Amino acid sequence: MFDLPVLSLMTFLPLVGVLFIVSVRGSNEEVSARNAKNTALFTSLFTVALAVYMAVQFDVSDAGFQFVEKYSWFPNLGISYHMGVDGISLFFVLLSAMLVPICILASWHAIKKRVKEYMIAFLVLESLMIGTFCALDSFLFYVFFEAVLIPMFIIIGVWGGPRRVYSAYKFFLYTLLGSVLMLVALLTLYVQLGTSDIPTLMENPVARDLQIWLWLAVFASFAVKMPMWPVHTWLPDAHVEAPTAGSVILAGVLLKMGGYGFLRFSLPMFPEASELFAPMVFWLSVIAIIYTSLVALVQEDMKKLIAYSSVAHMGYVTLGIFTATTQGIEGGIFQMISHGLISGALFLSVGVIYDRLHTREISRYGGIVKNMPKYATVFMILMLGSVGLPGTSGFVGEFLTLVGVYQVNTLVAVFAATGLILGAPYMLYLYRRVVFGKQMNDDAAKMSDLTKREMTLFVPLVALVLYLGIFPGYVMDRLHPSVDRLITLYESGLQKGEERRMAALSGVASTVAQIKPAAGMYEQEVTFVPAIAPNYAGKEDLPMPIINYNE
Amino acid sequence: MNLNDLAPLYAELSLAVLSMILLVYGVLQKKGEIARKVAYGGCFALIIAGMFLYASPHDQDVRLLNGMFVHDGFGVFVKTLILIGTGAALMMSIQYMYDEGFARFEYVVLFLLSALGMMLMVSAGNLLGLYMGLELQSLSLYVLAAIRRDSIKSAEAGMKYFVLGALSSGMLLFGISLIYGFTGSIDFVAIGEYAASENALSNAGLLFGMVFVIAALAFKISAVPFHMWTPDVYEGAPTSVSAYFAMVPKLAAVALIIRLLMGPFDGLAEQWQQIMWLMAAASILWGGFAGIAQTSIKRMLAYSSIANIGFALIGLACADEQGIGATLVYMALYMVMTAGAFCVVLYIRRDGLAAERIEDLSGLSQTNRYLAYVMAFFMFSMSGIPPLAGFFGKLVILQAAVAAELYVLAVIGVIGSVVACFYYLRVIKVMFFDEAAQNLDKLDSKARHFVLTLCALIVLLFIVKPEPLINFAMQAAQMIS
Repeated sequence: MFDLPVLSLMTFLPLVGVLFIVSVRGSNEEVSARNAKNTALFTSLFTVALAVYMAVQFDVSDAGFQFVEKYSWFPNLGISYHMGVDGISLFFVLLSAMLVPICILASWHAIKKRVKEYMIAFLVLESLMIGTFCALDSFLFYVFFEAVLIPMFIIIGVWGGPRRVYSAYKFFLYTLLGSVLMLVALLTLYVQLGTSDIPTLMENPVARDLQIWLWLAVFASFAVKMPMWPVHTWLPDAHVEAPTAGSVILAGVLLKMGGYGFLRFSLPMFPEASELFAPMVFWLSVIAIIYTSLVALVQEDMKKLIAYSSVAHMGYVTLGIFTATTQGIEGGIFQMISHGLISGALFLSVGVIYDRLHTREISRYGGIVKNMPKYATVFMILMLGSVGLPGTSGFVGEFLTLVGVYQVNTLVAVFAATGLILGAPYMLYLYRRVVFGKQMNDDAAKMSDLTKREMTLFVPLVALVLYLGIFPGYVMDRLHPSVDRLITLYESGLQKGEERRMAALSGVASTVAQIKPAAGMYEQEVTFVPAIAPNYAGKEDLPMPIINYNE
Repeated sequence: MNLNDLAPLYAELSLAVLSMILLVYGVLQKKGEIARKVAYGGCFALIIAGMFLYASPHDQDVRLLNGMFVHDGFGVFVKTLILIGTGAALMMSIQYMYDEGFARFEYVVLFLLSALGMMLMVSAGNLLGLYMGLELQSLSLYVLAAIRRDSIKSAEAGMKYFVLGALSSGMLLFGISLIYGFTGSIDFVAIGEYAASENALSNAGLLFGMVFVIAALAFKISAVPFHMWTPDVYEGAPTSVSAYFAMVPKLAAVALIIRLLMGPFDGLAEQWQQIMWLMAAASILWGGFAGIAQTSIKRMLAYSSIANIGFALIGLACADEQGIGATLVYMALYMVMTAGAFCVVLYIRRDGLAAERIEDLSGLSQTNRYLAYVMAFFMFSMSGIPPLAGFFGKLVILQAAVAAELYVLAVIGVIGSVVACFYYLRVIKVMFFDEAAQNLDKLDSKARHFVLTLCALIVLLFIVKPEPLINFAMQAAQMIS
């Protein structure tokens, strides 16, 4: 049915664009910059077209992976090139594909030096982001996931603000330290189960004690990426120093890699550990929501404020995911998609006024509703979306998450709902200070309203924010089968763990039977022995899991 | 003895003969750029040796000269890398010799002789063969380090290298004599049989001998705590020689350690595994942390080589086939990355002088885009960031470590690699984020450019087709273990 290798095309098409940009030379600096911009825009729009094609072809009723491609890659290590999307990753792929042309267009005039390299960096980034969400082999995933650091490091470091070097380093080393621990975990999984195929790994959770270690290692990576409190400190720095488009991608897509990782790895592969650590994640998320909301309230820098709000919003995502309920997970995913659109657009709106005044300080603006009415409208919708007003996409995610949390832990739900209230003041306060009030600064009062190019950036984003807020069905229909499957996997994983524990207990009984062969009545029990850890069939030489009987 | 029986030795023999011919040619020739001609002749000699190497079958062990020389798949793999590495280092050197004014044909001959020594030592079948090969390469390298007689730094580097090298040779000989004394043989097979027997463990003399031998070889690969000479020698020696030091002799010494540990000392694996574990962890951490403080790019690369050797030793600490294969893959990829990085350093010259501080690379992305980009590839690759080749080196090593249940070592390894990442990133930061310093001298050397481009392509495109190298290394590892 799907003859076109659409995922590979989407992943590697941007790289073809890169080759074009590298090989085509302009007669002078200006021409080559224009050529680079056009090529980048064209390539990324073509990728969007492919993404739309994929979304149209996507089979709503199928919970499994679609558009699957599988080729041998490292035959002697058993690593394959395996790509595919399900209802969960579909939207992240769409989000990545959609944001890149917007970013390129947003940088059209803002980036003046080294335009060619800038466009190359964005196309490479696009390729890696799409690859991350499509990869169905854990090492392939890791390659994409980690390689994202290279273009982002360059984007922050070369085109960033005054403290860009510090921020770029912090971003790189923080995320790297988390990721390398995940690499060890993935290798351990690979050695234990003999495969790096994500669907297979999801169906075969390892022993409980091992799960706990692996969960922690994987958590180190995704929690930093997410970012969760208390490892979020790289994010405000990176956001503040990154160029506008860099912030958009960072908030819009890169943060989602953490949440996506939790959904793909932590929940299905380590269900018992996820269950064990869920309360810890809840409390970390609640702290993140409340603490960063308060921190956001006192920020003087617009980008920093939105960055802190991102940490708070990501708190809802982790909260929702680890409830392991349908509403919670769907809410978490929806929140990620909505946050990708809203915070991406918010960073763009900061970029719009930054391009005019070259400052992000809130107090330098004020009363710009008078000279920028269109801007004020767009900003208002986005601001309300961020607050989670019903009718915007922000509401759906937060509401579903809270419903999910309430089923699992009422107290956490109460605190998280408090965070919902705390989320409103800082955004409203920001809006009041920037858009309303007296026009204190002459230069701010003289700023021109949105240009056509800028409107083009905002229209699709704002339209989607409203559309998803009013008709969340499009996303939900596609999410639902895959989330159901994820929950089934999670629960069957828990059940397998339970069975394994029971089998181990009867294994003890059978040992007793061997010690006392005279007691013939135990012989029946011996037949249970092969039932121990079905995953270990044929792998008897592996160390057996140590199981705590006292549980 | 029939000459045909010596067929597996033809590679070494041809290299020896051709290097002597080149020596005589250099002495007799009076006019023209002798060093350049001899260097091309040297590359030719390496190619001839490589052809002979593959001419004789290597799918099983062949023992020659009463077991002094072993020809097997493992040896062929390592020797291939030695020949390629030496050739690359020679090609990198040609222009640099003239730039720095030490263009002597002896330089090339010493390269060839050291390569010969290395080939002999990785094929050693007994302790004497080992010692002779090792000394042939070491003595050539001492002279190479001090080849710029008029430079105090170079002379100091040569002196330091010689004194410490001599110390390590002394330890090696002491170890060898202990082993001989307590096992009654210098032959690897006989020692192996003894070491596998039950009374080996209670034989303190054998254990002491083994530890001394390992310590001596650890000097050669500059594993912590025997690394002190490395930064000084790398800094003082001419850059092309430092590049050679980092690329080839280390590989050969690692191969020699593999041959010893998996051969005669295989029975004592539990004993030497601890040593390897400790040296690996210490090298990774020390190489990572100490590198941060460096301002000279050559010293930084020296610490990087220490950290990388630590990674390679993780494979050895596994003491199994997979680990050895991983070490071989890692060393091969490391050789490519180092060659590339040193190539870039060779390019950085200002007003006719070599610029060796990291700051000298400032704004390279504006003054020389190509160099900056390939250097960035090498640095990211050494940091182990996918999709570049260095990542796959680390991947196979870590996989072997996890498979051997060396979880702690694997975690130390990845954390050390993040620490080391800091100084690799600094190079990129200086090249891309900082404003340009003065312009660099325009230099053109086709041979060097070729090596640089080749290394960059390997680092960049290894991901597309990784299995030939990995298969080759795994087969070699299978032969030895």
